[in-house]
Amino acid sequence: MRYLPLCPAERAAMLETMGRRSIQELFEHIPEPLRLARPLNLPGPMSEPEIVEFFRRAARESSPDYVSFLGAGAYSHYRPVAVDSLLSRGEFFTAYTPYQAEIAQGTLQAMFEFQTLMAQLTGMDVANASLYDGSTAATEGILMALRILRGRRVLVASSVHPEYRQVLRTYLQHQGVDIQELPFNGAGQLELGKLESEVTRGPACLLAQSPNFFGVLEPMAEISACVHGARGLVVVAVAEPLSLALVRPPSGADIVCGEAQSFGVAVSYGGPFVGFLAAKEQYVRQMPGRIVGETRDTKGRRGFVLTLATREQHIRREKATSNICTNQSLCALAATIYLSLLGKRGLKALAQQNLAKAHYAARELAAVPGVSLAFSGRFFNEFTVRVPGRAEELLAALRKEEIIGGLPLKRFYTELSDHLLIAATETARRADMDRMVRIYRQVLSANSPSRRERGQAKPSSEAVAR
Amino acid sequence: MAKMLKPPSSARPHITRNEDLIFELSAPGKVGADLAPLDVPAASAAEELGAELVRGEIEGFPEVSELEVIRHFTRLSTWNYGVDTGLYPLGSCTMKYNPRVNEVVARLEGVATLHPYAPDELAQGCLRVLYETARCLAEITGMDAVSLQPAAGAQGELTGILMIRAHLADRGHPRKTILIPDSAHGTNPASVAISGYEVRNLKSNARGCLDLSELGRAMTEDVAGLMLTIPNTLGIFETDIRKIAELVHAKGGLLYMDGANMNALVGVAQPAAFGVDVMHLNLHKTFTTPHGGGGPGSGPVAVRKFLEPYLPSPLVAHGQDGRYFLDFDRAKSIGRVRSFCGNFGMAVRALAYILANGAEGLRQTTEDAVLNANYVRERLKDLFALPYDSPSLHECVFSDSRQAAKGVRTGDIAKRLIDYGFHPYTTSFPLIVPGAMMIEPTESASKAELDAFIEAMRSIVQEVEEDAELVLKAPHTTRVTRLDETAAARKPVLRWKP
Repeated sequence: MRYLPLCPAERAAMLETMGRRSIQELFEHIPEPLRLARPLNLPGPMSEPEIVEFFRRAARESSPDYVSFLGAGAYSHYRPVAVDSLLSRGEFFTAYTPYQAEIAQGTLQAMFEFQTLMAQLTGMDVANASLYDGSTAATEGILMALRILRGRRVLVASSVHPEYRQVLRTYLQHQGVDIQELPFNGAGQLELGKLESEVTRGPACLLAQSPNFFGVLEPMAEISACVHGARGLVVVAVAEPLSLALVRPPSGADIVCGEAQSFGVAVSYGGPFVGFLAAKEQYVRQMPGRIVGETRDTKGRRGFVLTLATREQHIRREKATSNICTNQSLCALAATIYLSLLGKRGLKALAQQNLAKAHYAARELAAVPGVSLAFSGRFFNEFTVRVPGRAEELLAALRKEEIIGGLPLKRFYTELSDHLLIAATETARRADMDRMVRIYRQVLSANSPSRRERGQAKPSSEAVAR
Repeated sequence: MAKMLKPPSSARPHITRNEDLIFELSAPGKVGADLAPLDVPAASAAEELGAELVRGEIEGFPEVSELEVIRHFTRLSTWNYGVDTGLYPLGSCTMKYNPRVNEVVARLEGVATLHPYAPDELAQGCLRVLYETARCLAEITGMDAVSLQPAAGAQGELTGILMIRAHLADRGHPRKTILIPDSAHGTNPASVAISGYEVRNLKSNARGCLDLSELGRAMTEDVAGLMLTIPNTLGIFETDIRKIAELVHAKGGLLYMDGANMNALVGVAQPAAFGVDVMHLNLHKTFTTPHGGGGPGSGPVAVRKFLEPYLPSPLVAHGQDGRYFLDFDRAKSIGRVRSFCGNFGMAVRALAYILANGAEGLRQTTEDAVLNANYVRERLKDLFALPYDSPSLHECVFSDSRQAAKGVRTGDIAKRLIDYGFHPYTTSFPLIVPGAMMIEPTESASKAELDAFIEAMRSIVQEVEEDAELVLKAPHTTRVTRLDETAAARKPVLRWKP
């Protein structure tokens, strides 16, 4: 086996040192009936070229040539080659969590830089060294807010990513917490009137997303004022953190979290991604996850260590702020490298391109008879169109032309069965957007109701109506 | 080393010894990446977003060239120690070689670029990878079904305990308590707390194993289950595991296995045979996905048939037409623990590792891991106290008690090991061993590397006798000396400010 550095003679010599006759002796204390008497039934062994071919085939069967307008929490952005080049340094990717700070300063300084970048982007005071992903970051954000408030009430905008809401419910199901979902209005935004009536019932932790799942920016100033007026806390998950290069950070938020995959992390069928969580300074001791702090060595030089460990499970066990142990260090490093490359100007220019592409696509699509923008709220690089009765048919027609035309929202919202969620980042080429618009025109001008019924994908039962 | 002439006041050693923060390297006007030309009309942010929502400059954000980014992070990387650098015998962390081909296949176009909401028909390759990975892990554990959704070991634990709870609730009563031995990892009790259970700690016996009579007393019909690490954090196999399982099952409880130490068992024993009902694996430990400086991990959960309905939704399924699909039709599922399909890229790497080895290679790997750990134990046992001398598998745990008499603790010896060019072992864990030195060489250590490590440990023991200060002030050869963790926690500085 090519990964193993021991040769047979060394194995024999080591056994002899130990006074053992065979390797089996080292396993003999495992009761015999518990030992496996046969080889595992597994594929392989494969040589390296065979492994590469195995996964090339998997890649070919994963539609690498399709143009995709999918977003919904995972965004295709161009990744500068320097990102993977640096991530491939073995000193970074084969290192463990930096407990031995003197030989982990590389990871620690990079995490300190990540924390700074996230704090700067979100307009918050402090950030942690990352969480699993956006869904768990939103959940940890709410758990943190509940600890701060010693609260038992959670309000969640139903314009928050449906999977984030599902994860939140999974985590909260045995916490004795009351979760209330709040509807959205015609702007695609949280219904303020409903929020106002809910907060009169007492302090609550609110989870909102901005831009939200529909791509729409929420009126955070009004929302925050309303929640704070009732002595509650506001947790904002940012659906697309690139928006923060152009859009003011969520006004009035106490905790800002989200998914930082957009920053140099591959879409990779949904993971690994990287959650971030930033907050006001006074809440830092209630934060979950790893946090890196600056300190000095015995000679007075600047260095970095994992800090505030008394929040964490290895010290506090069942009383910890979270059960999380790993962060997503390498993905956070990718984000740090990516944001360093783009920098202040590059990130803003990139955000402007995203804004331009999405608004171009939205304008062109909305000009097609039978298509309208579903929501009147402002959006960044993602928007929702309404195509009464024709969503499935359109997606199927686009797919024939190797275009994945967006996410049918009926998967998550039974009332949005005519709606498609479409993202257009800087990677969306005008030619492809124009092609998509042409296909919309073709399909919608052939107005035959019988064809409408032939949509192939059956509705999924993932709708979160709970 | 020759003494440097005293430099002018502003000069200092260059390259790797000093690297400012990326923000301090910044100067206005620089940029390290450029964009393709915009092929649609530019949009006005004020018009599209509303002037009041448009952000000005992000204060303090870096501005550096591509070359400076490359140098900055390359220099930082040289301050790290990785498995690629040398022996990394961090107990319970399984710091083994991360095969390069794993990294290549995880970055293939299609594998790395497919969107998680791509229709199943367009995602057959990625779905097959998930399906095959789950099938292989089911075979390795002997369990019936596997979910790859949990993002890390701790999330796997949470998932497993939530499933136990859902199952017991279906049977009528979720019960109140989960039993956890005092040798367990801290995530165990923390995960249990989120599941709405109370934790009851069980004392280990003189052999370092679970005490059967203690378990017998604690195991009542209020107890939902027992969470057990096998082999435990001392590297010791619970030889009474069948009896333990029977005791737990007899009272209607379930047995959870923390599979963090599965590197000791792959191909040698299947946890299903122990009576385990549900367990998690750490792909970043046993299955060579890189630790990445603290993640991403991946914590698949494996269960027996009767728990399958409770697995997180969706599950990857294989239809009769030969197509793979995501099965959302799971009424009893505990729900989602993470968005999309979990850390897919980690499943890719784990499968590549399993394929590279096959059954025979995996078994040889386990044998080498156990051989290496036992060799180290044998050759260090005259130097350090061995508080539990039961046979151990993939790791061994010494105590610093002899050295502590000289005022030198496990953490000091660990720091001194750095000067010898090794990553330290795990210090001060498990908690049941005061001054623990937990050593897990894994199979990825050559005999030469192990012998050098053993010699280093011998040399340090001698130093403790002759010049304890040398050890107490270690490390001496690193870029920074010991860092003041107390100061860091007392007045936290958690970000750079201009």
